[in-house]
Amino acid sequence: MVDATLRILVIDEDAVRASIIEDGLREAGYVRVSVITEMRELLRQIVQADPDVIFIDLENPNRDVLEQMFQVSRSVRRPIAMFVDRSDTASIEAAIDAGVSAYIVDGLRKERVKPILDMTISRFNAFNRLREELDRTKQALEERKVIDKAKGILMRSRGIGEEEAYALLRRTAMNESRRVADVAQSLVTAAKLLG
Amino acid sequence: MDARATADIRPGGGGREGEGREGTTVTIGFIPLLDCAILVAAAEKGFAEAEGLALALVRETSWANIRDRVALGHFDAAHMLAPLPIASTLGAGGHINAPMIAPFSLGLGGNAITLSEPLFAELEAEGATLADGPAAMAEGLAALVARRRHSGAAPLTLAMVHPFSGHNYELRYWLAAAGIDPDEDVRLVVLPPPFMVDALAEGQVDGFCVGEPWNSLAVARGVGAIVTTKSALWRQGPDKVLGLRRRYAEEHPDRLAALLRALHRAAAWAGDPGNHEALARLLATPAYLGGSAETLLRALGGRIVRRHGQARDFVPDFLVLHDHAANFPWQSHALWFYSQMVRWRQIRFDPADAETARMVYRPDLYRAALGPLGADLPNASAKVEGALRHPTPVASRSGRMILGPDGFFDGRLFDPDDLEGYLLGLGVPV
Repeated sequence: MVDATLRILVIDEDAVRASIIEDGLREAGYVRVSVITEMRELLRQIVQADPDVIFIDLENPNRDVLEQMFQVSRSVRRPIAMFVDRSDTASIEAAIDAGVSAYIVDGLRKERVKPILDMTISRFNAFNRLREELDRTKQALEERKVIDKAKGILMRSRGIGEEEAYALLRRTAMNESRRVADVAQSLVTAAKLLG
Repeated sequence: MDARATADIRPGGGGREGEGREGTTVTIGFIPLLDCAILVAAAEKGFAEAEGLALALVRETSWANIRDRVALGHFDAAHMLAPLPIASTLGAGGHINAPMIAPFSLGLGGNAITLSEPLFAELEAEGATLADGPAAMAEGLAALVARRRHSGAAPLTLAMVHPFSGHNYELRYWLAAAGIDPDEDVRLVVLPPPFMVDALAEGQVDGFCVGEPWNSLAVARGVGAIVTTKSALWRQGPDKVLGLRRRYAEEHPDRLAALLRALHRAAAWAGDPGNHEALARLLATPAYLGGSAETLLRALGGRIVRRHGQARDFVPDFLVLHDHAANFPWQSHALWFYSQMVRWRQIRFDPADAETARMVYRPDLYRAALGPLGADLPNASAKVEGALRHPTPVASRSGRMILGPDGFFDGRLFDPDDLEGYLLGLGVPV
């Protein structure tokens, strides 16, 4: 049973990731979701949003700003505790592994918050996988370009065809136990040095 | 040798227990501040390797991450704010209750209080100068704070780095000594160190207490003046420690002893002024602090430019990495931090908690690891803080250890055996 009345705040400088989390929460039926991507005057923005649950990404140095909210202070309405249940180390570990930290208003019942926590963790993980995939694709593209360049150099300097040039690169890589892309990169660098 | 070569560890922490050919890997989190110097020296100058350890130094962005990753076992140990392992062990502040220990201090001093140029100009108009001691400077500030209150102006905003930091306590101590209530008369906020200088330049904060190089960077930009240093507030005051899970120490006693030996030798190297230039260059590489080696070198030598365009001041004991038993985890330091947690209502006074706090600092482990090296060790595990006005010989294994002057600027003594008396003396009910 989704508790639509909960106010959820997502703090993330990565606006794409923040909107993926926000969409996930809205799709799940949480309507009171707000997002902070601009970190100036963070504490004031948080007080204004008045959230029951806060998510912040771990790369964000502003996690330490949130630590202040644990303190009894005039500037914050309520003391806030970290995580649903301090003894629930599995959830804490899953969150940290995914790259997110959660802050929950003290006294909120575990069952109200657990589904939100789980959903956010899974969205963070999905985002991480997407980013890794994107990085791999980018890297593959870059390597493709370097290999093409290296083939071109070989074809010109040795007067061989494209297929033969690639075979030569591959054979060299195998003999030296290196990757084809690495051999290609060395060749391109060497060619640059030799003019 | 190269920390970056081994630093490629997934946040989940795979391979921490690896016993590779280059030795046992110990994963250590750090925040890019000048006083991570001993850890960097241990990893880069062969001290860890000589002990059969490969240090994987992992740069972190927040003290909260440092604490949580040590608690969850992602990191075997970390560069920690000196009060943080105590807070974590006591479960103070609503966090995971994770028993931690601090067997080694990573340095004394190293931070400072900087006020914005406009605010310092106001103080100057009232007769303050940079030559003023911390007491006079705070009195001047108190007069300004009172005037602001009467005129209905917004209270001053001062930043520090974490609620459980030496910075928080020394800033509060300094303000309170002049009658400024840090919770009522000013706004204290937390800001991550890399944002401090911009916040000061933009007028979001009127001053801050932070470790180097951030004070010097504010001065270099002409947006702030360093009005006092930790070494002036509490000479030989502790700032960062090596923090780790108590369980890790119990499960890997030999590995921890090897790490402490490596850190001891690294500290001796890093604390030697003859090595400061090499150390500054090392720390200025992008994997660690980045930025200007020149600024770091000045801070290492305590040659501080306190205001833009002025000559360097020599600040004695600005950052002590090794001398005067700087690495010894005095239990009186742990108890002083505990007293400040009580003083500022972060926790309620409880003699059992005080004892737990004392036992977070582990001189026994320090002695056991470093005794066999012939390192000189103080006989006592705690001392009356503020009692030494001059360099003083104290009882030690070799019988001739010299501790530096360690006074608080207001002359108050902290007797670790009379915590309640100390708190009552500060007007704190216990």
